[in-house]
Amino acid sequence: MGVRARLGRLPVIRQVRQSVGLQRGMLVAGLVITGVFAILAIFAPLLAPYGFNQLKGDDGVSFGAQDPPSLAHPFGTTVGGYDVLSRVIWGSQTAFFVIAVAIVLSIFAGVLLGLVSGYLGGWLDRVLVVIADAVYAFPTLLLAIVAAIVISHGQSNLVGGVFAAAISITVVFIPQYFRVIRAEAVRVKAEAFVESAKVIGASTWRVMFRHVLRNSTRTLPLILTLNASEAILTLAALGFLGFGIEPTSAAEWGYDLNRSISDVTSGIWWTSIFPGAAIVLIVLGLTLIGESLNDLADPRLRTRRRSSDAAGDDGAADDDIEVVPGGAIDADAPADRERA
Amino acid sequence: MTAATVPAAPAAPSAPRRRPRPAGGSLGRYILVRFLLIFPTVFILVTLVFLFMRTTGDPITAALGGRLPADQLAERIHEAGYDRPLIVQYVEYLGHVFTGDFGRTLTDNQLVTDVLFRYGGATLELALYALLVAFAVGIPLGMLAAYFRDRWPDAVFRVFAILCYATPVFFAGLVLKLVFAVWLGVLPSSGRAGPRNEIALGRLENPTGVYLIDAIRLGDPAILGDVLQHAVLPAIALGLLTAGIFLRLVRTNVIGTFAMPYVDAARSRGVSEYRLVRRHAWKPALIPIITVIGLQVALLLGGAVLTETTFEWKGLGFELAQYLQARDFVAVQGIVALLAVIVAVVNFLVDIAAALIDPRVRY
Amino acid sequence: MSDVVEIRDLHVDFATDAGTVPAVDGVSLSVAPGEVLAVVGESGSGKTVTSRAIIGLLPETASTRGAILLRGTDVVPLSGAALRRVRGTDAAMVFQEPSAALNPVYPVGWQIAEGLRAHRRLSRAEARRIAIDYLDRVGIPEPESRIDHYPHQFSGGQKQRVVIAMALALEPELIIADEPTTALDVTVQAEILDLLRRIRDEFGTAVLLITHNMGVVADLADRVAVMLDGHLIEQGPVGEIFAAPREAYTRELLGAVPRVGARTSAQRRPDPSPETADVVRAQNLVIEYPGRFTRPAFRAVDGVDLRIRAGEVVGLVGESGSGKTTIGRAIAGLTPVTSGSLTVFDHEMIGTSERAFRPLRSRIGFVFQDPSTSFNPLLTIAQCVAEPLVVHGRARDPRSARERVDELLEAVQLPAAFGDRYPHELSGGQRQRASLARALALDPELLIADEPTSALDVSVQARVLELFSELQERFGFACLFISHDLAVVDLLADRIAVLYRGELVEEGRSEQVLQSPQHPYTQRLLASLPVPDPVEQAQRRSALAALGDGAA
Repeated sequence: MGVRARLGRLPVIRQVRQSVGLQRGMLVAGLVITGVFAILAIFAPLLAPYGFNQLKGDDGVSFGAQDPPSLAHPFGTTVGGYDVLSRVIWGSQTAFFVIAVAIVLSIFAGVLLGLVSGYLGGWLDRVLVVIADAVYAFPTLLLAIVAAIVISHGQSNLVGGVFAAAISITVVFIPQYFRVIRAEAVRVKAEAFVESAKVIGASTWRVMFRHVLRNSTRTLPLILTLNASEAILTLAALGFLGFGIEPTSAAEWGYDLNRSISDVTSGIWWTSIFPGAAIVLIVLGLTLIGESLNDLADPRLRTRRRSSDAAGDDGAADDDIEVVPGGAIDADAPADRERA
Repeated sequence: MTAATVPAAPAAPSAPRRRPRPAGGSLGRYILVRFLLIFPTVFILVTLVFLFMRTTGDPITAALGGRLPADQLAERIHEAGYDRPLIVQYVEYLGHVFTGDFGRTLTDNQLVTDVLFRYGGATLELALYALLVAFAVGIPLGMLAAYFRDRWPDAVFRVFAILCYATPVFFAGLVLKLVFAVWLGVLPSSGRAGPRNEIALGRLENPTGVYLIDAIRLGDPAILGDVLQHAVLPAIALGLLTAGIFLRLVRTNVIGTFAMPYVDAARSRGVSEYRLVRRHAWKPALIPIITVIGLQVALLLGGAVLTETTFEWKGLGFELAQYLQARDFVAVQGIVALLAVIVAVVNFLVDIAAALIDPRVRY
Repeated sequence: MSDVVEIRDLHVDFATDAGTVPAVDGVSLSVAPGEVLAVVGESGSGKTVTSRAIIGLLPETASTRGAILLRGTDVVPLSGAALRRVRGTDAAMVFQEPSAALNPVYPVGWQIAEGLRAHRRLSRAEARRIAIDYLDRVGIPEPESRIDHYPHQFSGGQKQRVVIAMALALEPELIIADEPTTALDVTVQAEILDLLRRIRDEFGTAVLLITHNMGVVADLADRVAVMLDGHLIEQGPVGEIFAAPREAYTRELLGAVPRVGARTSAQRRPDPSPETADVVRAQNLVIEYPGRFTRPAFRAVDGVDLRIRAGEVVGLVGESGSGKTTIGRAIAGLTPVTSGSLTVFDHEMIGTSERAFRPLRSRIGFVFQDPSTSFNPLLTIAQCVAEPLVVHGRARDPRSARERVDELLEAVQLPAAFGDRYPHELSGGQRQRASLARALALDPELLIADEPTSALDVSVQARVLELFSELQERFGFACLFISHDLAVVDLLADRIAVLYRGELVEEGRSEQVLQSPQHPYTQRLLASLPVPDPVEQAQRRSALAALGDGAA
């Protein structure tokens, strides 16, 4: 297997090569936008003109409050006298930090629970499903608020605030990973290869981890990106409601938006538009990736090349070449009401 | 908040189901089972919220800690019974919830249920407007996107949908305010009615809290106009968020059913493409769509908290935010628990609606 | 009289991730009015694509060249409204899977009317009257009330009748039937074939029959066209093709079709001696699937007595829902037994635990129906085949088991190099061989094969069956061979057991069951099975009709 072929098997890269036309455009656009924010986050100390909690210039003179965009402050300053540009850039660091912690925490708990529940079934499964469904159907924001109250008592004043936000988002995420992995585990469980492992006499543990787990995680990249964007939205909403991170400990876009509500009424636009646009863009980028991955994973939604313009393409061979039209479609998609 | 719409992983055709087809009268049974499911759902959420809120301390310390001397604080805690074992408090709380008592707020000593009745109407009104926007925008555009699949109108609609739910409602609200209220000055920036009209509406006997109905009862077209004007921006801000999700949902499901052999079968008999989308693919697609729309109630409620805060729309969400600011966690716990009941009941109704459309459940 | 459809030099290409794939390559054929033309071929031969091209039903990834004249009009360049006018009225389609071809959320009457109203201005009442009329003609009882029923309220055979009614209602001159009976049980298949024949006789409708089943061809077709890899390699009158096929491929295809009674009595083994131990013994076996909530349980197997003696091949035959797969799964410990008694190697399966049964698993092999899903897609074939050796401690890891794996692959006639491939890189037949290798890895005393060849093309099936009986001879394991196809079972089984709705209706030595079936159901099953010989099939058809009259 050549390096190129090996590379082609990696998630995302594989999908980029697989996609065509509009879908490729959306995927690449998403990757570029997310990439830009990742660079902003990594190089924030170099790129941002000031610190996120800096109120005075190097000359010791305080920044003005609510100054319109100028050379010294290209995005203006906030009501608290912070530089908007710097807070937007530093904010991407906070965002990625929260995403990383939230995903790492929720993915392990959610995947493990989903796998065990989906594969073993029985009463444990039923109880977990009812719990997950109950939590899932509940407004994520309210749950995050409740969790934030528990974790930080609503007063986050250190970098711990980042963890508080991440953990409260995790609480909301676990049921989502649980649902997805469980659904996959239930599907894979019914496949003949799992049954054949069972008739061979493989132990439950071996069947679960050697055969079910790795075949259940194919939708994970997709959920990951979609949940990353939800993490950002939840973090911003928490900040907007005053449960986020204090401005002195980190830059957080939601908090800045909260402080700009009154600015808007007096026509001061720069304090809200820039952090708001940052949220929209990063969520847009992540969602574009997630949706493209979703479309590519779903044979019903995936676009294939038209034969007229496919000549000379080096597209990696895929395992589901479908020559017979109308193949590989699940017959009972709407019958997914197994909860009762 | 988009994850609520993550479609179930593309399910491969599973092993042939050996379960027998439900016999007659299965709808009644389905409704019963689904109804019974409300209770564990509410129970779980109420328990979860209770445990979360109480594991780290009592609400009185949270609200007044630091402001009162320690001995007074202890006295207040003792009075309220927060020094008893957690399990005793929990059982008592469950008993109260069961009888419809969600407690009293700490800060202004009101019954949480009263808060619901006073402000629920406003939130309901906002949610209905938003749903209206969401349906009017999301469903036709979703069907068009499916029809123009992978051509440029599809791309435009999809990016629009993603923008809709990539934009936090409060930011959308701020931008709408900035453009239409501040720069153009054509619409009011906050509140549910002008100050004078607010007073007029407040004087009404037995107000419903839904200003549209109250204004009609007052019979003054000027007030009605004012009320409607105030509703436009919040409804759009909250509605677009949901519209984006509906659009995507409708598109995905219509495309999904469009690939079903029965659509091909109808096509083979000369049925027009328009009619294939409009009749043959739409109704089967509707069943999963309705189920997921039910889940959006949760999103709508969460969004309502933010929209109401942005537009000072004095509803349940606005109140919740106020209590949060005041660290009145008894009120927060009560309102959240109450919302849990509402969400569970709405989801029940939505699932029943989906079942009613599906003849396989009906017969 | 001019042809209903004439295809001239048709080419269809599909765009895939691997580039352009030709599916149909220069096919020319025609169907005369009132004629049944059968297009036969194995999967990937392009027969379905050809038929779909006639009414422009190919996906967007396809590009079509050539000419298809439907009543003198070329439909290839047509699109939009012009194409819609042709669809249904000039040529209508009957699909393979009737339950998928019907929209689940609309009553069947509405769906028939939909086609009518797409072509004619009709009032609701008129459309309804026509729909009732056609439901009646295809043999749906009480059409006046059934017209308002939803698809799930019909049985599989009735659904296919409804689909045929839909096609007929538009009074087409050509009906394209794409594997119209493949998803149906053999007894239902006979009824649907009868209906199609009646339609041709009564309405004079031409039928383009797409099928892989030579028995169906012999039963219905006037002329036959054989396709291979997108090419039309041979066509002619049905008698000629069956009696004297010109092409080697056609001969091979016909030769591969299993026939009942193909084995001479000399090839059959005598019964094992009475003292041979029972490997499996079922007494009054009952298996139920529990109902959910207040729903009653479903009894899949109802009071079955069955035994499999060491070294013996028992064929378990039945239609869908007969409980045959359930019995196989129960023996393998995949489905719990409800009551009665089932002993496997003298181990009682009622109330057994996985822990107690696990050691016995090394003595049982299992081959699944669908070779495409029975391998973990992330493991190589060698790793998969080594799995039982590792699990039962005969090897430390897949690598140290490699020698034995190569031996096994050789036994099933696969090159050892295939061990390093992933399952999706193998063809269906190769995968089923590998599946056999895995099942035999521990030298089992009992092999359970659940429809091991029903997902395979007929020529592949023949080779796998041959391999199967060879291995059985060589290793001498007892075998439960589960199949819906009497002819396949007859090739292998010493004894045959016939299941009908969970009950064992007949059991005995193969030749006895097949030559002088006692139970009416076995008789009907046997008579419904179309044989790949037009002359003999015509006789059998009248025999079946007589049987039906006798039963009625």
